[in-house]
Amino acid sequence: MSLYQVQKLIYQLNRDPRTRQRYADEPDAVLGEYDLTREEIGALLKPDIGLLYVLGVNGQLLMHFAALHRIEWTDYLERMRQGLRDHGQVREGVYAATGYEGVEAHEARLKAERETR
Amino acid sequence: MPLVYCGACSHAPGMTARAERADTQTRQALESAFRRMGDDIRATRPDALVVIAAEHFANFFMNNMPAFAIGMADSYEGPIEDEAFLRIGRTTVPGNKALSRRLIEKVMQTVDVAYAEEWKFDHGISVPLHFLTPDYDLPIVPANINCQGPPLSPLARAWAFGEALRRAADAVPERIALIGTGGLSHWPATPDSGKINQEWDREFLRRWSANDREALLSYTDAETYREAGQGGFEIRTFIAAAAAAKGAKGTVDFCEPVPIFAVSCTLGSFRLSDTRPE
Repeated sequence: MSLYQVQKLIYQLNRDPRTRQRYADEPDAVLGEYDLTREEIGALLKPDIGLLYVLGVNGQLLMHFAALHRIEWTDYLERMRQGLRDHGQVREGVYAATGYEGVEAHEARLKAERETR
Repeated sequence: MPLVYCGACSHAPGMTARAERADTQTRQALESAFRRMGDDIRATRPDALVVIAAEHFANFFMNNMPAFAIGMADSYEGPIEDEAFLRIGRTTVPGNKALSRRLIEKVMQTVDVAYAEEWKFDHGISVPLHFLTPDYDLPIVPANINCQGPPLSPLARAWAFGEALRRAADAVPERIALIGTGGLSHWPATPDSGKINQEWDREFLRRWSANDREALLSYTDAETYREAGQGGFEIRTFIAAAAAAKGAKGTVDFCEPVPIFAVSCTLGSFRLSDTRPE
């Protein structure tokens, strides 16, 4: 139930400017309206993107929560990787990590393939 | 009027948010493909464009998740995303409430679709429109298939939704164009963002171009998740577009893997003149 509450708060923050403003002005009051654990409140306030990812927050919600905190894309990806190192694999949901060579290595491979076409 | 246009395209937010980080040639080719699709749509003189999207919690959440929804308003706002992140300015896009209502009434005859008099566009609609109708001068009828929050809409029902939209479009006097928007294999917004299963994408597009209903509906969600990631669930929008094409064959105009955009950027359309007779 708790992951649902974390995601619901992020959903509201992402879509509703008034919730965003209230969250900026009085975060504790907004957080108090959701049934959250201490770990979740800590992860939201910090914000600890890595832990939120491991808790199972859907990436389609989490990437916009990161953008709200002015976390740049590459940094966002790195924070999730750090979360996996710190807390282990994703605990819930469908956004688990599966392993990837990384964009730079992948781009280089595709470029080499294009050149030999 | 019979449906005037039917196609599908990617909606990856990276295409605008991280545009300059892609290979320049690939990016220019992608933008040209979008321009061609926009021109093709305009050439059919549509009165409205139905966009079947896989929205990402802009309007629908797990407290009340419709399997299928259609917007019913005279205007829509979007994108909801941070403008600095998506690099698309928030704007108002025209809709057509009366037309939506007539389409919804027809679709409802066979598919239990939810309707929404409020709808905020996210990148699933705003990114394609940014390229296809940058002046936002064509009324949009947004439609949605739940591709995000399991349990997801079954593929066979996505097909039925596409068929129902086609029947509805054919039944109204307006000229209706339709596109599905979504990614094929991708692992978006995860540490694996950029991973693409090109073989899987090619095979999907082979089935899609052939408009092979049985082959398109044979994917299981477990298989898609394993081979094409959670992003692969968005094939539902391509499948609905194929159903709306009513047997016509498709052409893939552009398909290139772009890791920094997190997908094989894909655009394709169906030759509606081939549509099988009733």
